[in-house]
Amino acid sequence: MLKSLLVVALVAAIAWLGASAGLGSLFGVVLPYVAIAVFLGGVVWRMVYWAKSPVPFAIPTTGGQEKSLDWIKQAKWDCPDTKWGVVKRMILEVFLFRSLFRNMHAEMKPNDAVNGGPRLVYYSSKWLWVFALLFHYCFFLVFFRHFRFFMEPVPACVGFFEMLDGMFQIGAPRFYMTGGLLFCAVLFLLLRRLANPRVRYISLFQDYFPLWLIMGIAGSGICMRYFTKTDITQVKAYIMGLVQFHPISAAGIDPVFFMHVALVSVLLAYFPFSKLTHMAGVFFSPTRNLPCDTRRTRHENPWNPEKNFLTYPEYEDMYREAMADAGLPLDKPLEKKSGE
Amino acid sequence: MYNKTAVIAGIVAFLVICSSPFWCGFSSDSYKKPEIVTQKDKNKECVEDVAFMRAEHMQLLNEWRDQALRNGSRVYVNAKGKKFDISLQNTCLKCHNNYEEFCDKCHKTNNVEPYCWTCHILPKGSK
Ligand code: HEC
Ligand code: HEC
Ligand code: HEC
Repeated sequence: MLKSLLVVALVAAIAWLGASAGLGSLFGVVLPYVAIAVFLGGVVWRMVYWAKSPVPFAIPTTGGQEKSLDWIKQAKWDCPDTKWGVVKRMILEVFLFRSLFRNMHAEMKPNDAVNGGPRLVYYSSKWLWVFALLFHYCFFLVFFRHFRFFMEPVPACVGFFEMLDGMFQIGAPRFYMTGGLLFCAVLFLLLRRLANPRVRYISLFQDYFPLWLIMGIAGSGICMRYFTKTDITQVKAYIMGLVQFHPISAAGIDPVFFMHVALVSVLLAYFPFSKLTHMAGVFFSPTRNLPCDTRRTRHENPWNPEKNFLTYPEYEDMYREAMADAGLPLDKPLEKKSGE
Repeated sequence: MYNKTAVIAGIVAFLVICSSPFWCGFSSDSYKKPEIVTQKDKNKECVEDVAFMRAEHMQLLNEWRDQALRNGSRVYVNAKGKKFDISLQNTCLKCHNNYEEFCDKCHKTNNVEPYCWTCHILPKGSK
């Protein structure tokens, strides 16, 4: 946990110091270009790799009754048996995280009144779902708002979301809710790993690292907008320079900006090789993308070797005369050859 | 590769969406910072120095608003000790009397839409 924090802090410090020392173009030009290339190439490589992997068994998750006899009610949303049903389930999974909604919490009660002793109780736990949704949607909106830097003219829908986001008109520049909520949601996701001993036990470097990284990104962004400040107009000109492939000088921009960019670049480059690829991976999960029709259709293992089958009619054709001689029953009786 | 059509469609969609700013960048003219018309009288200086104003004028206006309306003090003393009347319409926009070519031009490219003007009145001739 501390190691991952250290790495993120190191990246931030190096970028900040580097930009202060005049290496802005390294952290503000080379790094983002490399990161974007690695991100795009890496995710495509991942997708191709997954698409090439055979699925030997049909293993859709069955969160309910599979389609069976007419009088048995099918759980249509959780156990779809058609392609369209799978698409619906996938859309809900991607936009609403339905499988997280089922998250359960198990707890051993030492002195339970019902049992008169210890008892294992399960109850539905929705916090992870709530904060995961909050986190992802806020992150998306924060990212989307940044299109005011990436595009000229700025698409109108960006302004619409800015208007909604700054609805409470607190301060100037207006406070954007998603920024603050994103930070809180990441904090929750981090505290969850620390506070719950079982989750903490299974948490590794690669679980904490993205959390710290995103916290650093959100923190430096919030800092730049509300506290340390930088010339936004110059920043836009700088970013448009990158987008149009004629980078301009980094002079006049606060080092915090380059720290922010460096952290984002690290996140992008790290993305395809980490758990973060679940963005693409969810579509490739056999548990999510296969229809629950295992009783009706045979799932063929694609790596089964090709077999030479001999069907019964072929077998009979081969041995018909011998079988007739032995008096065995035949599906197609031996034809008497004429003239014999 | 299994499910070739779906996978290739997904890859193409991913690449197109993620690189959309670059394509839009190619198709439009190279970006230039807005050429704002500051004001005619060159002798006058802004409330604070230019670098500060560029980055922090929104914050300054927020402080002005609080100072004027919560503390009732309508005089602002800048870093050099010069005094200014606290007024959005009568101070800022007296010098920067061309709202469209100054504030608005810069805000448009940064997609900023100050809601101030639903109450405050823009000087005549600048709207
Ligand atoms: C050099 C470009 C520039 C000029 C000129 C300029 N602004 Fe701004 N203004 C900005 C930028 C950029 C922001 C957004 C800052 C941010 O999002 O962090 C902004 C934000 C604001 C905001 C806060 C808007 C909000 O609700 O978040 C106000 C109010 C504001 N400007 C007022 C003015 C006024 C009044 C003038 C003219 C006297 C003016 N500005 C001139 C660039 C400029
Ligand atoms: C809901 C209407 C409303 C909105 C929106 C509004 N104001 Fe005001 N503002 C007022 C009123 C009313 C006063 C008090 C005028 C007075 O007492 O002289 C005032 C006073 C001020 C003052 C101090 C005195 C003066 O004459 O300028 C400042 C500075 C100011 N507002 C800035 C802003 C800025 C910047 C924005 C946009 C981010 C804004 N206001 C948006 C209603 C509004
Ligand atoms: C006394 C006249 C005067 C007043 C009052 C004034 N300004 Fe200025 N402002 C100027 C001048 C002159 C410049 C240009 C300075 C330069 O380029 O060296 C300037 C520059 C600016 C800039 C930077 C523009 C750029 O070059 O990018 C902003 C933003 C700005 N002013 C906003 C404001 C705001 C907001 C107010 C009200 C709080 C205000 N000004 C009040 C005269 C004034």
